[in-house]
Amino acid sequence: MPYTAELKKLIKIVEKTRPARVERKKKGQEFPTIPLDEREKILKKYHPDFKSGSRRKIRVGPNKGYAISHEVVDILEARSRVDPNKIDLSRVDYQTDILIIGGGGAGAAAALLAQQHGAKVLLATKLRLGDANTMMAEGGIQAATKRGKDSPYYHYLDVMGGGHFVNDPKLVKTLVLEAPKVMGWLEDLGAMFSKLPDGTLKTMHGGGTSRKRMHYAGDITGAEIMRTLRDEVKNRPTDIKVLEFSTAIELILTDQGQCAGALFYNLETEEYFVVKAKATVLATGGSGRLHIQDFMTTNHYGATGDGLVLGYRAGVKLKFLHTVQYHPTGAVFPEQAEGLLITEKFRGAGANLVNVDAEQFVYEREPRDVEAAAIIRECSPDVGKGVPTPTGKFGVWLDSPMIDMLRGPGTVRSEFPGKDILFRRYDIDISQEPMLVHPTLHYQNGGLEINERCETSLPGLFAAGEVSGGVHGENRLMGNSLLDVTTFGRIAGLNATLYAKRKSLKGKLTLDHVRKYHRALARAGVKTDRIAPMILPDYSNPEVRKKQLTTQYQGTLR
Amino acid sequence: MVAQRKGKKRTEQTGKQSEGKKNLVPIFIMGQKYMVPDSLTIQKAMEYAGYQLVRGCGCRGGICGACGTVFRMPDSYRVEVGLACQTVVKPNMYLAQIPFFPANKAIYDIEKLSPTGEVVAKLYPEVFKCVGCNVCTKSCPMDIDVMEYVARAIRGDVAGVAELSFDCVMCGLCAARCPAEEAQYNFAILCRRLYGKYLAPRAKHLAERIREIEENRFEQSLQTLMDADEKTLKELYKQREIEPIMAEEDWTPEDNSFV
Ligand SMILES: Cc1cc2nc3c(=O)[nH]c(=O)nc-3n(C[C@H](O)[C@H](O)[C@H](O)COP(=O)(O)OP(=O)(O)OC[C@H]3O[C@@H](n4cnc5c(N)ncnc54)[C@H](O)[C@@H]3O)c2cc1C
Ligand code: SF4
Ligand code: SF4
Ligand code: FES
Repeated sequence: MPYTAELKKLIKIVEKTRPARVERKKKGQEFPTIPLDEREKILKKYHPDFKSGSRRKIRVGPNKGYAISHEVVDILEARSRVDPNKIDLSRVDYQTDILIIGGGGAGAAAALLAQQHGAKVLLATKLRLGDANTMMAEGGIQAATKRGKDSPYYHYLDVMGGGHFVNDPKLVKTLVLEAPKVMGWLEDLGAMFSKLPDGTLKTMHGGGTSRKRMHYAGDITGAEIMRTLRDEVKNRPTDIKVLEFSTAIELILTDQGQCAGALFYNLETEEYFVVKAKATVLATGGSGRLHIQDFMTTNHYGATGDGLVLGYRAGVKLKFLHTVQYHPTGAVFPEQAEGLLITEKFRGAGANLVNVDAEQFVYEREPRDVEAAAIIRECSPDVGKGVPTPTGKFGVWLDSPMIDMLRGPGTVRSEFPGKDILFRRYDIDISQEPMLVHPTLHYQNGGLEINERCETSLPGLFAAGEVSGGVHGENRLMGNSLLDVTTFGRIAGLNATLYAKRKSLKGKLTLDHVRKYHRALARAGVKTDRIAPMILPDYSNPEVRKKQLTTQYQGTLR
Repeated sequence: MVAQRKGKKRTEQTGKQSEGKKNLVPIFIMGQKYMVPDSLTIQKAMEYAGYQLVRGCGCRGGICGACGTVFRMPDSYRVEVGLACQTVVKPNMYLAQIPFFPANKAIYDIEKLSPTGEVVAKLYPEVFKCVGCNVCTKSCPMDIDVMEYVARAIRGDVAGVAELSFDCVMCGLCAARCPAEEAQYNFAILCRRLYGKYLAPRAKHLAERIREIEENRFEQSLQTLMDADEKTLKELYKQREIEPIMAEEDWTPEDNSFV
């Protein structure tokens, strides 16, 4: 769908103010940033996290009383997919040293490190290996690699500031110190980062960075990292066994309280099977497909927050789940691309955000929550300067043509090949026409509590990546998540292996924690037929469903 | 959530109720006719028709390569291909998904390879079987000149393969249609990794920075931050100097005590 005639008219206005805006950008005259105390006000008034009625308290489990999004509480206050009494745990289908649940960046990194330290690994994942949010990351990965202008010190400050100063300091320290090493590791594995002719890694700004420290591989940084890690995992088949279309349903414990593996569901044959492991790494990623507050999302199909459910039922605490990250710029046009992420790099490269009157209204590199809130404010009735879309929504313009004017013709095409081709499919040339954007559900800021060794409170259970919470505090900065998953994925793989060597499993396998959780639900008066983990979202047609007279759905799954 | 939301119609990606009238067009999924809104992608159209996708659906955003699809229009003998999550339905199209293709993947230890054409030829001897039919290029949803990178592989130009294939989403459509049974995307990633590891100039600043970290050069400055109270931290945060967006690579901050 090319732009409609109405939108084309509005684009003309953007074109009018563009030359002056380019000039200002060239001179370094930026739109003023929002002061810290002012930030808070905007967030309170416009950020979806603060919308009244958008949260409720969890009634069971280790975080009883903690108020988070309804959609997350819904999956936590839900029953298991299985009746624990029906599962025969004496029949073990797979036995391994390390079980890794989830085949994204964190899972793959954990698998490689575990294997490297001598463990036999089983990596089981819901869809295909690499069907994950990691694959979708575009913008880049932060690391303070530039001597003379940057250091882990500034990276630390930026992470804390972005996260509202409540991040876990030990996790942040680990993140910023490991960052350059992770970059070295990836370079060694052959990931093709964008470089200058002398080998210097190209870097850019991202929201909330004080130095240009966002490393990238074209505009498909996550895909480059993911496909490299996936290739390497597949190159070690004797030690790393990969099971695809295998979804973890529950963790399995020993009666002595250790994690001993997990119960899985084969999405294709629909059978359940038992994996016994000396140590387990949860790396199931985020939860965008829960569509919190009915927001559109950037996340992959399997991002349904399963790991939160598994860990929580087994007694692991949640942290920082009360904030959700909305990416400031998701596409709202054309309809087919709705929700898709338009990377922050566009703003890092110089594109302005402008309203329907083609005026700037916000500095382009505020932290994400602030940036998103400012866009929502612009589109709200209070200001009323959103650009109306044909589907009745509002957005603002992201003025990508500025980039070619600032950095030379062809820059958009060479630096953003992925988005270039995507929009060309819809007859939109983003080096000539701006994009229409609005905040979209993007990232689960919090998750299961871990320490800097990726240990959870459950012995034998490690967690890494988007499923965990703490390092980003209340708000993650762009580029720190790819860094998080590679850094802590590696640490989890290593520490799980050390644990497996040190400790042996004692006692009988059990799903007693699930029985207990069910009892706790009943005690708390939660009467529900909800089932979790969700596994896949439900996008089937309700009209068709009504006619499926003999079909049974368990939760969202047929 | 599941129970509460049952029966509520969502348009995918948005989670919002869909409104307005739809213009329905016929499509043929594996030969069966269904009426679907003409604005949907093939992926969403299949869901609209009643499918619950397990295979053939990953990122829903054109980057994971899970949703390779072949289709044909009734007035043509030509077989076309595309990504189901990116291709909008066309009236009367006949389609089927190819979510998996069993292409050959060589197993190797990247540490022990050299970045040469011989290595590629040894691991993937089939590259020489290319007959130059150009079907792969015509099939590629990412507009990659696949035949050209195959030719580069034959010539032993590892860097050329790496560069030309950079946008590959490994959907397998090229391999599925190749008469010579090539595994284009698998030797392409081999070349990219060889290039990234051995041929691209190494980042010297990175190696030096890693050495500094191993020498514990930042321990002390980080410790002061970890010990600082929130007020001090906020002050330091506010005062930190911001590198200007148009600054050149050699920009340095005024205060260089912590770099
Ligand atoms: C569109 C987009 C763009 C982004 N851009 C950036 C960026 O530029 N920079 C940045 O730093 N970050 C970015 N991010 C964030 C970042 O990509 C993710 O947060 C990160 O990659 C998460 O990695 P992960 O390994 O924790 O989870 P994922 O990569 O999502 O992997 C989780 C895996 O677990 C599997 N899984 C889930 N549940 C189960 C289960 N029950 N059983 C078995 N397997 C299961 C999933 O299928 C998946 O394979 C972006 C995210 C998105 C969506
Ligand atoms: S080169 Fe082949 S595998 Fe890669 S995107 Fe193109 S058709 Fe798909
Ligand atoms: S389809 Fe196969 S044979 Fe034809 S040009 Fe491509 S690689 Fe060569
Ligand atoms: S679903 Fe990932 S490319 Fe289509």
